[in-house]
Amino acid sequence: MSPAATGTITYREACRQAIRDALLADPQAFLMGEDVGRYGGCYAVTKGLLDEFGEDRIRDTPLSESAFVGAGIGAALAGLHPIVEIMTVNFSLLALDQIVNNAATIPHMSGGQFAVPLVIRIATGGGRRVAAQHSHSLEGWYAHIPGLRVLAPAVVEDARYMLAAALADPNPVLIFEHVMLYNMEGALDPSVNAVDIARAKIRRAGSNVSLIAYGNGLIKALAAAELLSAEGIAAEVVDLRVLRPLDTATILASVAKTRRVVIVDEGWKSGSLSAEIGVRIAEEGFFDLDAPLRRVCGREVPMPYAAHLEDAALPQPADIAAAARGLVRPGRT
Amino acid sequence: MSAKIHLDRTHLHHLLRQMIRIRHFEMKCVELYQAQKIVGFLHLYDGEEAVSVGVIEALTPEDAIVGTYREHGQALARGIAMDRLMAEMMGKLEGCCRGRGGSMHIFDRAKRFYGGNAIVGGGLPLAVGVALADKRRGLNAVTACFFGDGAVDEGEFHESLNLASLWQLPVLFVCENNLYSMGMALERAEAETDVSRKAASYRIPAVVVDGMDVVAVEAAARRAVEQIRSGGGPQFLECRTYRFRAHSMYDAELYRTKQEVEAWRKKGPIARFRNWLQESGLIHQEEVQRIETEVDTEIAAAVAFAEAGTLEPVEELERFVTMEGVPP
Ligand SMILES: Cc1ncc(C[n+]2csc(CCOP(=O)(O)OP(=O)(O)O)c2C)c(N)n1
Ligand SMILES: [Mg+2]
Repeated sequence: MSPAATGTITYREACRQAIRDALLADPQAFLMGEDVGRYGGCYAVTKGLLDEFGEDRIRDTPLSESAFVGAGIGAALAGLHPIVEIMTVNFSLLALDQIVNNAATIPHMSGGQFAVPLVIRIATGGGRRVAAQHSHSLEGWYAHIPGLRVLAPAVVEDARYMLAAALADPNPVLIFEHVMLYNMEGALDPSVNAVDIARAKIRRAGSNVSLIAYGNGLIKALAAAELLSAEGIAAEVVDLRVLRPLDTATILASVAKTRRVVIVDEGWKSGSLSAEIGVRIAEEGFFDLDAPLRRVCGREVPMPYAAHLEDAALPQPADIAAAARGLVRPGRT
Repeated sequence: MSAKIHLDRTHLHHLLRQMIRIRHFEMKCVELYQAQKIVGFLHLYDGEEAVSVGVIEALTPEDAIVGTYREHGQALARGIAMDRLMAEMMGKLEGCCRGRGGSMHIFDRAKRFYGGNAIVGGGLPLAVGVALADKRRGLNAVTACFFGDGAVDEGEFHESLNLASLWQLPVLFVCENNLYSMGMALERAEAETDVSRKAASYRIPAVVVDGMDVVAVEAAARRAVEQIRSGGGPQFLECRTYRFRAHSMYDAELYRTKQEVEAWRKKGPIARFRNWLQESGLIHQEEVQRIETEVDTEIAAAVAFAEAGTLEPVEELERFVTMEGVPP
């Protein structure tokens, strides 16, 4: 759990420090969710926090997603700053009513009388061989909902600092932590102590093709960019970071520069976030394109258990590289 | 605020006035609905007035309320200004929610009225959270959470009762048991029709009260609120009541007989209370008339206010989808 000797930190530890900081900084902040306390969090993110902050601020809840998410909304309405943890995005569906019908509607429906300064942290994504009820990427659904802000930290810096920005936001913010990233290590720039939660970010500059990705897809896109660079193709990698509201300007600027785009999303294609991004580019950046849009997305199946099948169902660096190559050097995929 | 109900004339007249305000307000709403000045769904509280009037009498301004979509009575009893309520019903900017919520989504921050919720059962988790916040912030406040018998079918009911009891939160759960959820009779929806037993199974003290008797409701609510304030955790009040009219403005009422409705009408909370007051010499006919006249004047002023109201400019349609700050 402690920072590695190299000066790097894991994504898990970054999440943990972010929560700890929030609780230290803000007496109205508290964390609740299933097994966040004694168990230490199902992904061990909250280990040690119960001892430090006590049961009032690190609240283990019963398996009642709707009630404890709704209670988080109620507590936010009444002046607290709750951080609610939902073990896995598939379980968040049991709280969908509260998130969509209450958190997202009350500020507008009440004519601006109430804000819902709530943060919900949700683990998401595939790759852990836990099959179809624990591995989906449903964050795109939440990105459909006006009133929510949806974040997807993919680097340790974002894991470390997005929470504070989310808590400062008077609106309900959902933070999707990709399960494959918890063990990832990265360096924290000591000169950085905050991140913005409005803008996408270029993680690698390039001129031949834009790879637009988020979450674990970003890591794969960066790997694909490495493969492409060995072939002399300079891919620009855009980390969406914010799934709602989308930073269309950064996307369009990158596309205007490279004139080719591959959108990467672990989520399914049909009716999806990748479709939304694609259409925005088509609507507003059509004449900047030298080639058709491409998408590399999760295959449209419930996530299978067997490793070879799960790997086949998820976008892989080679798939992303192939799609990019096809745009830059047609006929030579 | 004392746990005992004051049975003096002033208070009794106030109870009657509150019920008449709700009834007459809603009768005016029916007219306005027929004139298409109020549109959409309109769920009337006709027959159930004693419940919110009785319960809310037991609360202080520091307490909070989470209501249902049948909440005109809850809102008026809470003291939400009638003119702003009427303007809301007519979709006007001067309404308490700028005309965005309408009949089913009344909010009033100053009154700690957290909606108006049109998802059956959806308010219960919110009430748990409001109570959690109040407890953590050291306010000795109670959150009264209203819901119908239909909400008892929902998982959110069970999850919320459990959580409130587990964490010993200051919630007063108020079940407005009018025996039907739309056309679904309680005994056709619930394997155990004694709702209060469900609360007891979560170790929440539960009382069944005649919801057609405003004094009984107030007395029971005061006892429950006192228990909650003394740190006793949540309480549950099942108010047995009846809705005299259709579920929303019109339905064919195929699910119940005219005789059943008539039998309940005889127990109507306003007539019964007024008759009792008169027979006991606690009110004179002229005083009843004066109350009615004053209420009707208030309603006329509310309608005039709403009619004179303006429409929110369409340019503001997206305002407050996201908030720029937490309102003070
Ligand atoms: C979750 C949900 N399911 C269904 C409905 C449709 N609906 C609106 S009111 C209602 C009946 C609710 O009955 P009850 O809770 O007893 O309240 P009452 O109308 O009797 O006051 C139903 C089924 C809804 N609004 N929300
Ligand atoms: Mg009912």
